[in-house]
Amino acid sequence: MTIDPVLKVEGFSKTFTLHEQNKLIPSSSNVNLDVFSGRLTALIGPTGSGKSSVLKGIYRTYLPSSGRIAYRSTNGNTVDLAKADEHQILNLRKQEIGFVTQFLRVLPRQSTEDVVATPLYMQGISRAEAREQARDILDKLKLPERLWGISPATFSGGEKQRVNLARGLLSKPRLLLLDEPTASLDPQTTELVIGLINDLKCEGVAILAIFHHPDVVERLADNVVKLSPPVGTESFFEEKAS
Amino acid sequence: MSTFRQNNAAYPFGFLDEYAKKEIRRTVLKAIAIPGYQVPYSSREMPMGRGFGTGGLQLTLSLIGKGETLKVIDQGSDDSVNAVNLRSFIEMTCPGINTTASTSESNLIQSRHRIPEKALREDQVIVLQVPYPDALVIVEPSEEKRKIMHGEADYSRLLVKLYEDIVKFDEITISHRYPTRINGHYVIDPSPIPRYDVPKLHQSKALILFGAGREKKIYAVPPYTDAEPLVFDDIPFRVESFIDEKGERHHCSRCGTHDSFLDEFINPDSGKKVYQCSDSDYCDEHMTSNSQEVING
Amino acid sequence: MDKVLEVSHLSKVFGKGCVNCFEHTGPEHNTNICPYCGSIVAAHDVSFDLYKGEILGIMGESGSGKSTAVKNLFFDQEPSSGKAVFYDGDKQYDLFALNAAQKRHLRNHRFGMVYQNPVLGLNFNVSAGGNIAERLLMSNLSNYQVIRDRAMELLKRTEVLTERMDELPKNFSGGMQQRVQIAKALAINPPLLFLDEVTTGLDLSVQAAILDLILEIRQEMDTAMIIVTHDLGVIRLLASRTIVMKYGRVIEAGITDQILEDPQHAYTQRLVASAL
Repeated sequence: MTIDPVLKVEGFSKTFTLHEQNKLIPSSSNVNLDVFSGRLTALIGPTGSGKSSVLKGIYRTYLPSSGRIAYRSTNGNTVDLAKADEHQILNLRKQEIGFVTQFLRVLPRQSTEDVVATPLYMQGISRAEAREQARDILDKLKLPERLWGISPATFSGGEKQRVNLARGLLSKPRLLLLDEPTASLDPQTTELVIGLINDLKCEGVAILAIFHHPDVVERLADNVVKLSPPVGTESFFEEKAS
Repeated sequence: MSTFRQNNAAYPFGFLDEYAKKEIRRTVLKAIAIPGYQVPYSSREMPMGRGFGTGGLQLTLSLIGKGETLKVIDQGSDDSVNAVNLRSFIEMTCPGINTTASTSESNLIQSRHRIPEKALREDQVIVLQVPYPDALVIVEPSEEKRKIMHGEADYSRLLVKLYEDIVKFDEITISHRYPTRINGHYVIDPSPIPRYDVPKLHQSKALILFGAGREKKIYAVPPYTDAEPLVFDDIPFRVESFIDEKGERHHCSRCGTHDSFLDEFINPDSGKKVYQCSDSDYCDEHMTSNSQEVING
Repeated sequence: MDKVLEVSHLSKVFGKGCVNCFEHTGPEHNTNICPYCGSIVAAHDVSFDLYKGEILGIMGESGSGKSTAVKNLFFDQEPSSGKAVFYDGDKQYDLFALNAAQKRHLRNHRFGMVYQNPVLGLNFNVSAGGNIAERLLMSNLSNYQVIRDRAMELLKRTEVLTERMDELPKNFSGGMQQRVQIAKALAINPPLLFLDEVTTGLDLSVQAAILDLILEIRQEMDTAMIIVTHDLGVIRLLASRTIVMKYGRVIEAGITDQILEDPQHAYTQRLVASAL
């Protein structure tokens, strides 16, 4: 039975134009991939092959230079994320597309529980219920309970990453983008995260991920897409566009 | 004075020329048509300084005719210096009018700072002398902005002042010139009448006119019009109670009545506080009708 | 998604203006001032929209015209041209076509504004609680205790010590004055809130607390907000979408993280790179 992918990327490429330095920096070139519901597609390749750019390009943190990013929404409609307007993208981010990066952006006074629960509030779930679920997943990720009520601003890298993951995994989006989620975690926690990702797959979440360790890719990936670094940087032409 | 009377080519009846009187009457009509709205007019130079009732006087002179009966009071008394002077001036310039100290016999009353105790009738008109016509002047110095606030019935800044009073003193401390809303829209400064007199504006049978000579404004509370002092729902309007330490209402030491607004002064002989009716006519009436002995203070 | 505001081609010129004003000012010319007639083009051709529960950031340096749009929308100024439509439930208002009374009505009952300088937003002759009461008294509230309770609730919400609610704002610190302004702006639950450089000049810890507060309020009340700032940190924290302005023109517009991580325009790239 062929199922349509939740995400179909065709001919995606990203080149940065740095005006001050007068340079064009290619990042990704002609990337094609599919992500299916309940399956994990892993992006692999050496540093500089533009793996992060693909994820960011899908999420609209980067503006794709070219290509089509066909996303099939819960309502059945297909949207080209490369061309969708800002409001549509923001709405999809809120309801359907999640992104776990390597960085945790903290509000000065939000407790860890609230940081994790925020995406759920934004979806309209009650605070009490959201916090309950947040505590649940923080527990699963073995983050000590004494840390739940305080701001993650002072946490270690590994602790922050767990908070990040908790937030990203909890919201159970239709499409989940993971950028090196286990990078700063010890082996035990990595194991826990693998378990949680598998749970998500069982629940039908479509996942596109970049992993630091090849054996994690082994264990989780249903599809593997290999990227190679694009051709070297180029200078602008003689006249700068005025 | 007699030279003046004989020199009848110099001044018309009522001192003001007919055009001045006509303008004032038309201003009065506008004021009645828009209850509580301050109508500007060209206030004339009068032979007494501003601050002595020139606004009230111009109204009286424009309205009074031969055969009418005038009463003039100041702080309730017909005998005080200002009342006497105004009354003589009006008598002098309006030959043929009657004057009286009796509220019930008069049909036109000019008053400074008090409304008579006896309820007025439909055939009577009372003119009040006003120093500052605009209740908003304490919160907004610009007349242009005040006009807009009046026009939109936006008295929030005035109400905030009342709020601040309650916060500081647990009650609204305005004692006279209490801002009062007329006919559901314009809030007026009812002139320096005490709180005690404010309820008399509400649904009054008589026409109540306000004249400010220096500020050049005339406004009115027409008969049978709502006049509500500004309050909060949960902080009711209170009038002076004249309750003594024992919880009993003070009475007038001259006529014995318990239901009038009282002036307080020190008896020079005994050194004790003495209360007397502010409204001298009301006091006299009660003196003659009661055969009560005068109670010494 | 409900649209709250749609601004189209807003322009504001100070001075008599001439046919050359727009062509000879702007980022390519590095000036706001028309070389022919000396008029100042504070803003030109500014368009954006805003949805319910969204925070739009307007970012720029001095002279960028970032405050201009907001001042015109709040009726502190009148635009030279342009259109703005405010959607309020089932009603729609063509803002620049309204008469003075209608504008005042929206300003007092449907919009909130927090200025950089508290003197503009607060009445310094009246207590903190009184400032809020003033706004509440413009609506039909007429019960003293109800008004006082609501003022206290708002001050508590904006973390102003309620024991100080009867003090005059001039005795408060800058941060606390801003909180009182925010409480006052929110008193009537406006669907649209403008914040003009509200944390500029405050200590960093105070800034952080106030920014936090603004986010919490947006979450609770679903208020649509426009935040004007020159601070990238504020934009990053609060705005979901951002427009970048320079010399009165909109240089770039987009989702905030995209503007910050993948700026397209040379000026934006420079701005982002120079953030500490």
